[in-house]
Amino acid sequence: MIDFFQHVINGLSLGSIYALIALGYTMVYGVLRLINFAHSEVYMMGAFIGYYTSRMFQLDQNPSFMNLLLVMIVAMAGCAVIGFVIERFAYRPLRGASGINALITAVGVSLFLQFSGQLGFGADPKFYPQIYQPAGEWSVGGLQVNPLQMIVAVIAVVLMLLLQYIIFGTRLGRAMRAVSFSRDTARLMGIPTDLVISATFMIGSALAGAAGVLVGLIYPKIDPLMGVMPGLKAFVAAVVGGIGNVVGAVIGALLLGLSEEFVVAFGRSTFRDALAFGLLILILLFRPQGLMGQNLREKV
Amino acid sequence: MNSAAATGTTPMLEVKDLAVNYGAINAVRGVSFAVAPGEIVCLLGANGAGKTTILRTISGLLRTTKGEVWFKGEKISTMPAHTIVQKRLCQVPEGRGIFLNLSVEENLDLGAWVVGKAKDYQEDLNKAFELFPRLKDRRKQNAGTLSGGEQQMLAIARALMSHPEFLLLDEPSMGLAPRVIETIFQVVQDINKRGVTILLVEQNAMQALQVAHRGLVLETGTLKLQGRARELLESDEIRKAYLGEI
Repeated sequence: MIDFFQHVINGLSLGSIYALIALGYTMVYGVLRLINFAHSEVYMMGAFIGYYTSRMFQLDQNPSFMNLLLVMIVAMAGCAVIGFVIERFAYRPLRGASGINALITAVGVSLFLQFSGQLGFGADPKFYPQIYQPAGEWSVGGLQVNPLQMIVAVIAVVLMLLLQYIIFGTRLGRAMRAVSFSRDTARLMGIPTDLVISATFMIGSALAGAAGVLVGLIYPKIDPLMGVMPGLKAFVAAVVGGIGNVVGAVIGALLLGLSEEFVVAFGRSTFRDALAFGLLILILLFRPQGLMGQNLREKV
Repeated sequence: MNSAAATGTTPMLEVKDLAVNYGAINAVRGVSFAVAPGEIVCLLGANGAGKTTILRTISGLLRTTKGEVWFKGEKISTMPAHTIVQKRLCQVPEGRGIFLNLSVEENLDLGAWVVGKAKDYQEDLNKAFELFPRLKDRRKQNAGTLSGGEQQMLAIARALMSHPEFLLLDEPSMGLAPRVIETIFQVVQDINKRGVTILLVEQNAMQALQVAHRGLVLETGTLKLQGRARELLESDEIRKAYLGEI
């Protein structure tokens, strides 16, 4: 039972990291109908920004929760800038062109960042400095849990609630939903759609940056290719949930995190990746619009 | 010849020798016309004649291949669409174009985007609900749950939230029941009486000409005919081409 509970927490914290990345995929798809494959590298950049910030200020000297928050804020801001630059210089010039051009560009930007990362940061894995070490074991309702896993899940939930507020409670969010429904009609309202698209990239990238820092807490080894697999998994989660649907992305990601954790728990860890992609195949076969997706007419 | 000369005032909107291409297709080929302040002008023509293309070009969604569009003495044909709305020129797009994934109130709020969230917002909202009481009952509802007529009313109400001086309406009667169409045309006239100039695109030539002051007839991208609405209603050519079919 205790094991079961700990597995659930582990699954949820892994799932919430997927969720933070999946949100960026789904938001960008929502406004541009583009699968931004470079998104997984924004997550990687977030981890490295966090790494270098921690090293520069020697935050592992006296680990604290404030350190973690500080590093997260820096990584989120840095990734927002990276997201802005990617959209502005790689995707915007292709705005009028067919979707396949942007898709190929996305793959190109992804590779560019992976290998620039290897050039800049070095290809060897780096150990993430311990900027925050909660003391001992926590007990929740009489059950012992690993505090780091718990904190990762809680921070992710707070960020997701913040996003929920932006999307459904602010004018910017309303504009984002309008652009996602029809960019032309949004322009007829006087909404500067390019700015809204930039903002969407920045918010999605900031969430990926947060995920990059959080993952460093629980899997403290980072390298420039670290984004590839989690990025693909998060993409799977977004598709499983119904791409373009924010709630769906979170549900898909938690589902994926939990299933992976339990596959490992049952001693079948080699099937971990197969599970994610098997899930993708099943969803595409039987419910291509995703769990939460509506069967909208395809917009070309 | 043009309306400015005819009415003796400076035109509010001037379309000069406009040509628009969609790839290799010349959708509009050298169209010129003007609309004076306070007018309702209707743009008639069969499917594919170029009516919607002209409206989308005036709004800045499409770029001219040749020619210019001027509004209140300013050249707008090179401005981005969202800047043109700030000039108080607003379009109610074809097929209503409301945001089906947003609530009625959120749609209206986005209509007020260029006005900003000023104190007038609540007042504007009340005015919209006064004009279309049914929208008030459904303000929290998703726009996708509205009937076709209600959606069209929402689209018009949303456009009014931007305080337009000039309204472009693209086939507001499309797909609606005759009774609803009557209401819509009544509303168009009311809006015009409050001082909003209107350019109306319609396939429903008979009813459009009854509310309009003047009519323009497009045929495969060129202006075939223009004149006072009453004269067009009586013209044999129009009767044969449009009214005969009804």
